[in-house]
Amino acid sequence: MEVVKVENVTRVFKIGKVETNALRGVNLSIENGEFTALVGPSGSGKTTLLQLLGCLDQPTSGKVFINSKEVSQLNRNQRADMRRGTIGFIFQFFALIPTLTAYENIEMPLLLAGQGAAPRRERVLELLKAVDLPDRAHHRPDQLSGGEQQRVAIARALATSPTLILADEPTANLDTPNGKQVMDIMTRLNQETGVTFVFATHDPRVISYARRIVTLQDGCVVEDSEEKVAAGV
Amino acid sequence: MIQLFKIAYRDLGRNRRRSFFSALALGMGLSLLLLMAGVLTGEMRGSMETTILLQSGHLQVRALSYDEDKTSLAWDDLIANPDQVTAQLASLPQVLVATPRLFATGIAAEGDESVGVRVIGIDPTSEANRPYRLGMVSGNFFAADDREGVLLGQTLAEKLNLKTGDEVYLLVNTAGGDIAEQLFTIRGIYSTRTPGFDGSSIFMPLDKAQAITQTNNHASTIFILLKEREQTASVAAALQGNDYQIETWEQTNELILQTEQMANAYIYVLYLIVLAITATVIVNTLVMAVYERTREIGIYAAMGMKGWRIMAMFFAESLLLALGGLVIGLILGGLMTLYATYVGFYIGDMGITGMLFGERIYAYLTMKDVISLSITTFIVSLLAALYPAVLAAQLEPVEALRGGK
Repeated sequence: MEVVKVENVTRVFKIGKVETNALRGVNLSIENGEFTALVGPSGSGKTTLLQLLGCLDQPTSGKVFINSKEVSQLNRNQRADMRRGTIGFIFQFFALIPTLTAYENIEMPLLLAGQGAAPRRERVLELLKAVDLPDRAHHRPDQLSGGEQQRVAIARALATSPTLILADEPTANLDTPNGKQVMDIMTRLNQETGVTFVFATHDPRVISYARRIVTLQDGCVVEDSEEKVAAGV
Repeated sequence: MIQLFKIAYRDLGRNRRRSFFSALALGMGLSLLLLMAGVLTGEMRGSMETTILLQSGHLQVRALSYDEDKTSLAWDDLIANPDQVTAQLASLPQVLVATPRLFATGIAAEGDESVGVRVIGIDPTSEANRPYRLGMVSGNFFAADDREGVLLGQTLAEKLNLKTGDEVYLLVNTAGGDIAEQLFTIRGIYSTRTPGFDGSSIFMPLDKAQAITQTNNHASTIFILLKEREQTASVAAALQGNDYQIETWEQTNELILQTEQMANAYIYVLYLIVLAITATVIVNTLVMAVYERTREIGIYAAMGMKGWRIMAMFFAESLLLALGGLVIGLILGGLMTLYATYVGFYIGDMGITGMLFGERIYAYLTMKDVISLSITTFIVSLLAALYPAVLAAQLEPVEALRGGK
């Protein structure tokens, strides 16, 4: 089943009188359970495409479908609903709420989804375990290392059991061992839970984890290869 | 909901000093409002009570043709056989005390100094004279049959440089339109702590006042104090007839009531100014918070938090600030108002004609004012959060994640 379908999508940014074509007619289809890397040089449109897939932004033209539902025409609230139930995000800068503990950061999407206290607690503890951080539950982000913060972010992205996780340069701010650990966890969770991962990167170490590599250049998909690369290579 | 406030509390804790000063500004605003309300109410209430006790009473019974402003001494304008009328009035169950008084204008002179005065003939035995008896600063109260003794207000005595035992020359208008003059001995000096009254009033026994003004067995008014001020209207209605005019304290003191209304209107403008300043502080604090936390707002939005919930987060912060401000304001305002209630502020002689103010004003803060001002401050603080909250809720998630435009 297709989790993501992008049909002839363009995205034009206007800054003053200058127009920038970030995406120029992108077509893409991603099946459930895929582990896909969007690669390309800076300015190739990776992040813009991720934002469209994540219902954070809307295309200038074309259509975006998430779980077969067209999301390109949804209003703010409908997009928020879509994000809350279906999509998890992992950002380059970890993006944890600094005043909340690891536990509370992971709990936040569950709170927003209106889950009760008991199942919420059970789910958070389960996720902390899944990202190997059960003993860091009550630490705040500034008491965690970069790798630990990103693992909390992964757990948070998975909290509501979304069908799609979007990661924008998830290892860009991490050293090699931490980057590897984060990618290992993402791979494992992809295999264990079947959740679809799409991540933007230009880090060759990360690309090597991908089972499918979509290459973007100047806002167009220039290559789409489904090479299976052994994890950790 | 609990989580919302937990997050708001922690967010405020990020910049404790700023949050504290915001709450402090709010608290100072509220305390100022409480003090202003207390002082205004106290001032007006004090002025009214002083005027009722010293001058107007709760009710006055006068002859139909008597005009207070003219201080007429013509027999037709006065009450004949005042003792008889007073006895009838005193027998009413609501009446605390009733006493006849005679007013005459005159001049008090000592050496080269002379001052226009109001000569008041009183029944020395009446309980209505209690404020003057209690306020004796030197000498003694005169007896009813004293034919040569007077009491001077302290302010007047100081003006004429007189003391108890000294003699003062009095020229007094008479019923016939002449002027009577006599040298009187000052039996005592009183102070009602109301310079406007003490600077112009000379007391003498009613009999002597009637004699010197040639108003034989007549009085200008029957001064009545009731057991309860609230009974005024019903007693006035019961006394209403064709023989006398009945003046209630509200009619006699219309100027004070009008001044009070005007002061209330002014104070609302002052309230608005204080509240606007307070609101600006809250707006500033929260707008700064929105700009500082733009990326976090983007993260919340990415997690699917809707605009109203983002707004609620800022309202929660404002609510906590408002609560902190209320606590500070009630403590600070309470202490300031307590001081103003029991110690008061010295204002000296306000010198407003027609109104009697004590030389100190004391605050009188009602629970109604405390509650209404607290609620108003609270609501204004919440309203002040509206702009920053909308600002946060309208951030585009993509822009917010980048840390703003």
